[in-house]
Amino acid sequence: MSGAALDVRAVWKYFGDFPALRAVTLGVAPGECLAMLGRNGAGKTTLLKILAGLSTVSQGSVSVFGSEGHSSGARRKTGVLGHGIGIYDELSARENLELFGTLYGVANPGQTALDWLERVGLNHVAHARAREFSRGMRQRLAVARAFLHAPDLLLLDEPFTALDDRSIALLQRLLAERLAAGATVVMSTHQLREAMELATHWALLVRGKLVHKGERTPEILADPAWVYRNYGEDS
Amino acid sequence: MRHVLTIAWKDLRSELRTKESINAAAAFSMVILVLFSFVLDISGDAREFGGGLLWLVFAFAGALVLNRSFAREQSNDCLDALVASPLPGWALFLGKALANFALLAVVELIALPVFGILFNADWLRFPGWIALTCALATWGMTVIGTMFSALTVNLRLRELMLPVLVYPMLIPVLMAAMQLTSALLSGTGITGDDWVWVKLLIGFDIIFTSLSLALIDVILVN
Repeated sequence: MSGAALDVRAVWKYFGDFPALRAVTLGVAPGECLAMLGRNGAGKTTLLKILAGLSTVSQGSVSVFGSEGHSSGARRKTGVLGHGIGIYDELSARENLELFGTLYGVANPGQTALDWLERVGLNHVAHARAREFSRGMRQRLAVARAFLHAPDLLLLDEPFTALDDRSIALLQRLLAERLAAGATVVMSTHQLREAMELATHWALLVRGKLVHKGERTPEILADPAWVYRNYGEDS
Repeated sequence: MRHVLTIAWKDLRSELRTKESINAAAAFSMVILVLFSFVLDISGDAREFGGGLLWLVFAFAGALVLNRSFAREQSNDCLDALVASPLPGWALFLGKALANFALLAVVELIALPVFGILFNADWLRFPGWIALTCALATWGMTVIGTMFSALTVNLRLRELMLPVLVYPMLIPVLMAAMQLTSALLSGTGITGDDWVWVKLLIGFDIIFTSLSLALIDVILVN
């Protein structure tokens, strides 16, 4: 697939003898928002880790923005929010964002950090250490960390988990902004309704195999569980 | 270079706020030196055992600092966030090694005067050579320790595994440091025969720094 934001070709991933991913082939076009669905252990996190350059493939290939593997340029354009929030407890909220702003080559990391703290409603605790934050505040700080360099590709692993209503609305708004700016989003999730509101496409993994990828239709938005009824293991 | 300093700054700031490893390493080295001062005969000079004792203390105290290096990245999956960023693996490694080197240097600066007082050792007679020996040997320990800290970070028994893996690798650097320190404490300074130990330290540092920089990406992603 030429011009794809993500091109995954026949990817296998083994942990010992166990195949966590089995011949997964997937293309994601620029501007697409892909909701990656699947039961626990289906391989969603494994695939996202490979896409983020955190794990290698056993067989197959992955290209990000046309470059094989994970070049520094591709990483600079990618924002990752995984299971762990990637925030240093001993640093303040501002220091955390400044650190990642510097690593991602943001022009003015200090000011960008302050701007993002305001956007996620943490400007009043900018100088407090992250260890003093509540779980929701830490999650919002992690969202700011993933978004602060205006990434063209966002890889989010169950981003709505443990978020309160306000934080879910904030994350949906930020994702909608990035999508409007032409960014590509791939997110794994169990919160079908929240994900489907944003998704343009959806894909379903069953025991490491990609069993379906298609557009998100109004019918799915009205009844997200339809996906599992028609394509899941019980279908 | 900016990324290297950013990582070093981050590690040092975290350590200065928690003082997890520096307090433990400094306290450990003090206790060992005091205990040995009870056991060893200090009526003479320290030249016979000084070098060996000092570097064993530095090596054991160093393990406490080096164990925390990559373990610090485990909470909240911070290592994943760093690896997913455009930060090159070599910059992450050098930044961490630089921070570890600074922390080990602080422990050594605390331990050296205490050693001098307890063992009647005149370690200030050749300050330049002592500084050079400490710098070269500490960098060797730091490079090996930081590398193995990355390798063992996901092991359940990493606190145990790190010393088991690191100490055999450090034998050349510890031998050279012990020989040079003993020569300096004896008051003779570095003579012709001792240059081989200086060269060994320099060679060790160059070889293992290069090897670590070449291998760190493979270790971090897998």
